Amino acid sequence: MRGATRVKWAVGVMAVALTAAACGGGSDNGGGGGSGSSSGGIVRASWGDPQNPLEPANTNEVQGGKVLDMIFRGLKKYDPKTAKAENMIADSITSTDSQNFDIKLKSGWTFSNGEPVNADSFINAWNYDALLKNAQLNASFFNYIDGYEQVHPDNPGAKSTATTLSGLQKVSDLEFKVRLNQKFSLWPDTLGYSAFYPLPKAFFDNHAAWLRKPIGNGPYTISSYTKGSLMSLRKWDGYKGPDPAQNNGVDLRVYTDNNTAYTDLQAGNIDLVDDIPAAQLTNVKSDLGSRYINEPAGIIQTIAFPLYNARWSSANSAKVRQGLSMAINRKQITDQIFQQTRTPASDWTSPVLGTAGGFKEGLCGDECTYNPAKAKQMIQQGGGLPGGSITIGYNADTGSHKEWVDAVCNSINNALGNNKACVGAPTGTFADFRNKITNKQLNNPFRSGWQMDYPLIQDFLQPLYFTNASSNDSHYSNANFDKLVNEANAETNSSNAVGKFQDAERQLVTDMPAIPLWYQNGSAGYSSNLSNVLLNPFSVPVYNEIKVK
Amino acid sequence: MGRYVIRRLLQMIPVFIGSTFLIFVMVYALGDPVAALFGDHAPDPATAAQIRHDLYLDHSLPAQYIHYMKNIFTGNFGEAFSGQSVTSLMGSAFPVTIRLTIVAILFEIIIGIILGVITGMKRGKPVDTGVLLLTLVVISVPTFVTGYVLQYLFGVQLKWVASSVSPSAPFNELILPGLVLALVSLAYVTRLTRTSIAENTRADYVRTAVAKGLPRRQVIVRHLLRNSLIPVVTFIGTDIGALMGGAIVTERIFNIHGVGYQLYQGILRNNAPTVVGFVTILVLVFLVANLLVDLLYAVLDPRIRYA
Repeated sequence: MRGATRVKWAVGVMAVALTAAACGGGSDNGGGGGSGSSSGGIVRASWGDPQNPLEPANTNEVQGGKVLDMIFRGLKKYDPKTAKAENMIADSITSTDSQNFDIKLKSGWTFSNGEPVNADSFINAWNYDALLKNAQLNASFFNYIDGYEQVHPDNPGAKSTATTLSGLQKVSDLEFKVRLNQKFSLWPDTLGYSAFYPLPKAFFDNHAAWLRKPIGNGPYTISSYTKGSLMSLRKWDGYKGPDPAQNNGVDLRVYTDNNTAYTDLQAGNIDLVDDIPAAQLTNVKSDLGSRYINEPAGIIQTIAFPLYNARWSSANSAKVRQGLSMAINRKQITDQIFQQTRTPASDWTSPVLGTAGGFKEGLCGDECTYNPAKAKQMIQQGGGLPGGSITIGYNADTGSHKEWVDAVCNSINNALGNNKACVGAPTGTFADFRNKITNKQLNNPFRSGWQMDYPLIQDFLQPLYFTNASSNDSHYSNANFDKLVNEANAETNSSNAVGKFQDAERQLVTDMPAIPLWYQNGSAGYSSNLSNVLLNPFSVPVYNEIKVK
Repeated sequence: MGRYVIRRLLQMIPVFIGSTFLIFVMVYALGDPVAALFGDHAPDPATAAQIRHDLYLDHSLPAQYIHYMKNIFTGNFGEAFSGQSVTSLMGSAFPVTIRLTIVAILFEIIIGIILGVITGMKRGKPVDTGVLLLTLVVISVPTFVTGYVLQYLFGVQLKWVASSVSPSAPFNELILPGLVLALVSLAYVTRLTRTSIAENTRADYVRTAVAKGLPRRQVIVRHLLRNSLIPVVTFIGTDIGALMGGAIVTERIFNIHGVGYQLYQGILRNNAPTVVGFVTILVLVFLVANLLVDLLYAVLDPRIRYA
């Protein structure tokens, strides 16, 4: 009894101390006035440690991307609900030939340190991002701009022959022109991606200081950043954009484990968790009720085939691949293993694109529908499994892939009536797994995931299946597919372009270079302190729209 | 004594080199870290080559190791992929883990030895049987189970403590995680002390002390306990290193950004500088703790001499 009182007393003291500390931290932003609310209008959210330094073109994972999307605004922004690219800083982006673009900027935008956002902010940033010497992970996103090969030669060890992209040309402070090296009608719609964000002079003047505390032009500024544990973002009152923050700020706390984050949500220590641990999926609806969000994100999981390998390059091999696709009971696996946090796939894109954007449910048709009898027949027609059995490769370190790979194999084995036809083949680490894929060392199918960079049908097809494309892990090559993609890119009307892309996608049904498995959902849970929480197409919470009670 | 210490210190050099090299080889064998940096995207060959060059990964393994060791001796432990120097990671991680380890060791020493003495003195009594059963339960339940259960009970249901530890990780927040981390070792300490005490209660010098009419308290603390502590001190000494390195589970459960967490991240991201740097320090901690334990023997038992 006495011990309990003492603990309570200690907790009370700590609570007072913490509130005092929180007030002290927030006072310089003038946002500490939320009477009755313990958090003062601040959203306390879970976060993961970003893998790379926070630079727009060097961030290719979700955790770093979250922050960039809070502190930056680009030429375009993707609508959180419809995924449509809408002008943000861009006043207009026009082209008559799908290759030369004229970009006009809105006036009045500034960075939070007072610098204006002008044509130079974009040109300097893009030149920096593309330059080989700066080794930016997203440099290849600039490869459509003319002059990229000189700034960023493709061969390892080669030296840049230019330091600026010749395709970028400043017209005035609020206008610049971009020349691409090929026709690409949907190119303006890619400009909402974080790699294309503008950078202030401060970035180039003192790079190290900028990395410690990035300065952007978005609705939030970083008030403090302790790497590896906490980032405090506060509403920027000087933000003139159309989407100012609805809350006073966001505290992103790094969690070692999403289970702990979930426990903290239950204990009332944080307000928002955007990754519900798999172990909690069975309880989450009773724990959170309507405060649990589970909706499709722009992520598709597939099983890719090493088409460069003799086992998969024979003329009849496509039949075997189609047969394997029909042997997988997607509905059962998504229900039982993923607790409906995946949606069975019936095309190679994602529902977040919407029908106007190119998602077409059932495009794959019978070839992606579970039909064990037909599956067996198709595989036999194709000459049977190469060597009599296959393995499905996956990495064992993250993502708990073993469960579903075993289930997929089980489904295939049942269809073939042979319990040795398919087994999982784990690789220890993701690094090693990616290494084997890049070095073409695989001779059996392997798991493959694709998270879109921008919500465009082009992004689900061209990087993955175009001949020699950057992420074409299957090394698939089909002249008709390439031709249709090129035609789609040359279209000036976007609905015609989408139609052409879908024609190209139909070629994938015939060739089946990768079996679509399911679309991944984003999941999140939040406390009763918050309202208006939604996930954008990238399954990231739209922080600036969140209201704190 | 001085010569003994010097000899022991010299022995540390090959152990140090051997262990760091082994860790280096193991991390290297995990695959190419640069390939994983790009996520689902295939690495763009020129950028990948540039990053490899910047990180000295374009050299052979022995050359990388020599380069790394050279840097270590100038105090440069390299950089993690997030752009933070490994020394700054250590600067934030080690104090936290050391605090956690201190809490755990205190639990082990205070609770473990007291329980051990009580049960050792009362062999076969209900107290003894009860504690033995309890320690058996503690040993057989994995740390992550006790961790999550206690966290849920005290953090979520009773709200006595915060369910996760704040980034600064002050001592008062580390009590529950420290207990969780200590539990298994605590049970071993109890059992070791109990056996040792039970054995020594029959020793001649204890009988002599009792016969001299010394107060019971003095017999137990000065004579019985002091002689019985040698195996316990050995265990606790080696446990310091084990607790620091083995805190991965506890640190994950309670969101403590210490050594275990950094090591886990380093391995997951295949980052040789982080892993080798942290393990190097842990190896040193192990070696020094072992040396201290050996030197403590003489304090406990004056018959032990070092040559």
